[in-house]
Amino acid sequence: MSRQQWPLWEVFVRARRGLSHTHVGSLHAPDAELALRNARDLYTRRQEGVSIWVVPATAITASSPDEKDAFFDPAADKVYRHPTFYEVPEGVAHL
Amino acid sequence: MNPTYALALRHGDDALIAAQRLGEWVARAPELEEDVALANIALDQLGAARLLLSYAGELEGAGRDEDALAYLRDDREFRNCLLVELPNGDFAVTIAKLFFLAAYQRRFYERLCSSTDARLAAIGAKARKESAYHLDHAALWVLRLGDGTAESHRRMQAAVDEIWPYTHELFAADELTRQAEEQGLAVASHTFRPEWLAEVDAVLAEATLRRPDDNWAPGGGRDGLHTEHLSYLLAEMQVLHRAHPGARW
Amino acid sequence: MLPSCNTCPVYGNDFGIETPDDGGLLRQVEAAEEELRHAAGRGLGAPLADTDLQEYFDRVVGADQKIEPRDWMPEAYRRTLIRQIAQHAHSEIIGMQPEGNWISRAPSLKRKAILLAKVQDEAGHGLYLYAAAETLGISRDELVDLLLAGKQKYSSIFNYPTLTWADVGAIGWLVDGAAIVNQVPLCRCSYGPYARAMIRVCKEESFHQRQGYEILHTLSHGTEAQKAMAQDAINRWWYPSLAMFGPPDTDSTHSAKSMAWKIKRFSNDELRQRFVDMCVGQAEILGLTLPDPGLRFNEERQSYDFTQPDYDELMRVIAGEGPCNRQRIDHRRAAHAEGAWVREAAAAYAAKQHQRLEVAA
Repeated sequence: MSRQQWPLWEVFVRARRGLSHTHVGSLHAPDAELALRNARDLYTRRQEGVSIWVVPATAITASSPDEKDAFFDPAADKVYRHPTFYEVPEGVAHL
Repeated sequence: MNPTYALALRHGDDALIAAQRLGEWVARAPELEEDVALANIALDQLGAARLLLSYAGELEGAGRDEDALAYLRDDREFRNCLLVELPNGDFAVTIAKLFFLAAYQRRFYERLCSSTDARLAAIGAKARKESAYHLDHAALWVLRLGDGTAESHRRMQAAVDEIWPYTHELFAADELTRQAEEQGLAVASHTFRPEWLAEVDAVLAEATLRRPDDNWAPGGGRDGLHTEHLSYLLAEMQVLHRAHPGARW
Repeated sequence: MLPSCNTCPVYGNDFGIETPDDGGLLRQVEAAEEELRHAAGRGLGAPLADTDLQEYFDRVVGADQKIEPRDWMPEAYRRTLIRQIAQHAHSEIIGMQPEGNWISRAPSLKRKAILLAKVQDEAGHGLYLYAAAETLGISRDELVDLLLAGKQKYSSIFNYPTLTWADVGAIGWLVDGAAIVNQVPLCRCSYGPYARAMIRVCKEESFHQRQGYEILHTLSHGTEAQKAMAQDAINRWWYPSLAMFGPPDTDSTHSAKSMAWKIKRFSNDELRQRFVDMCVGQAEILGLTLPDPGLRFNEERQSYDFTQPDYDELMRVIAGEGPCNRQRIDHRRAAHAEGAWVREAAAAYAAKQHQRLEVAA
């Protein structure tokens, strides 16, 4: 029979500078310090230079995927915001 | 005896026996996340043990590698401190052992980085970061167990009382610590006991734990005179290897 | 350059033997990962105001897109996934026992380190999978309770004992091998969190299989006693490994719906055949004999004919009559019970800290 549950935390990891944090999974821990240590063990295998965020799952407010268009910036319409829209002329590097 | 060899053996044995005991927690830790954490720490200790024992074997020059040293010596030839060979007990006892040991190892490895022996210095550089992590982990648990529930406090206090006498051996001065200090190989541990004690006291106090008086100070491990526990530990650790002399695995 | 401590992988293929052909499994995992990224890029668009949710669900699954945690899904889909993911997670955790059995007696320090790392990985896999299951609206505590009460199962293979060191090798080669054959297709499963967890798991698991294979190769090329140890282990683990793929397709109850929902991508028999075909060549390199006199290459099918495992035995083991069922569950119950005071202490400390912060504020 289970007793007091260790709350759920969501884990976000930024593997390298320049990238942003991405969600990698979740874990259970009694507090933030242990959550961070556990996340380091579990999701990064203690690689150095990695930034970890742990967030109590209850602190996250989520939208639903079937929220209607008005809730979102309909970025699919504004296709000119996405880099693949533009054709890069031949010979242009690093763009 | 070559002091570099003796030093590598002593600290390699500390790490090896510590790893062996920690490995016993696999699949029985209080929570899955702790299974991962303790296995990680066991792996670190084992890694350091392998580096130190391999080096010791080379220095000895008698053709013994890390496995020959680990699997074919009897308990009278092991040079680990008594603390690491004590049984795991409950989680509180394991944490007490780890906390006192890691606080010692971290300081030892840190100072080892300045060793006149380049190989020992390199090992120190690698092991001290891992040690810092072990200490951090153990300290977090000392706090949670000491200042958690009435039961956890009772168990953690009992653990501190039980393990405390075995910490004195870590800082005993002997011929080897004197020679090592003289040759710049390693700092004698009694010189950093005050720093160790300050950190230990701070954590214990925050965890609402008392520390016992310093009277009984069991020792002998550094000379191969161990508790009755070590030969049982070695029997299990060595049995398969010894059953197939000369075999490769 | 110092040999590795723990911050670099301890794995290494340092015997110079031919690496067993894993049938390109790692490449398949990478392909699944690529596809996941591409699919995300294509995007199906949100359902319109009056879209039928079941129809939308079917469309997403049909287009090989992913169902994510807050999507509407049929209740049966949710239940099936919870059952399957939980069973998978429980298997990883229970699996730590037969393997962990040889950590203290590992015959070399290198093997001890590799085995410790492997068992640690398994705990990690269990955690990833419990996390995936929790996205479906159940808590890990509930799942653990179901396991300990015997109401949820784990892979029956772990109800066999590891009697020798060679068993560790056999588990790596055969059991992990079978698990990988099962798991790689799951990297394309329709439920996002499960697919992502499987990609992560599969990448780590390929090392495990290789290590098991190396253990056996060293044994089979070692002393007579070692070779006999290895052959004995294969003799005991071969048929139970075949049984891991479940009953024959004709007898399988859960399959049809799971296939339609793209939770299950291939049938039990298809996967079992794939596994056998992989193992035959690998066994030859090992110089060990698979304990099946009926094993022969069928030119027509371009596949091996083989003797089926005893499915009655499989059913008995699943029902609780394997050699180690009671031991495995008792061990888990004891560990959980003994750890209760620790978990409570941590929760109590967290509550105290929280109160102290509030008072201070």
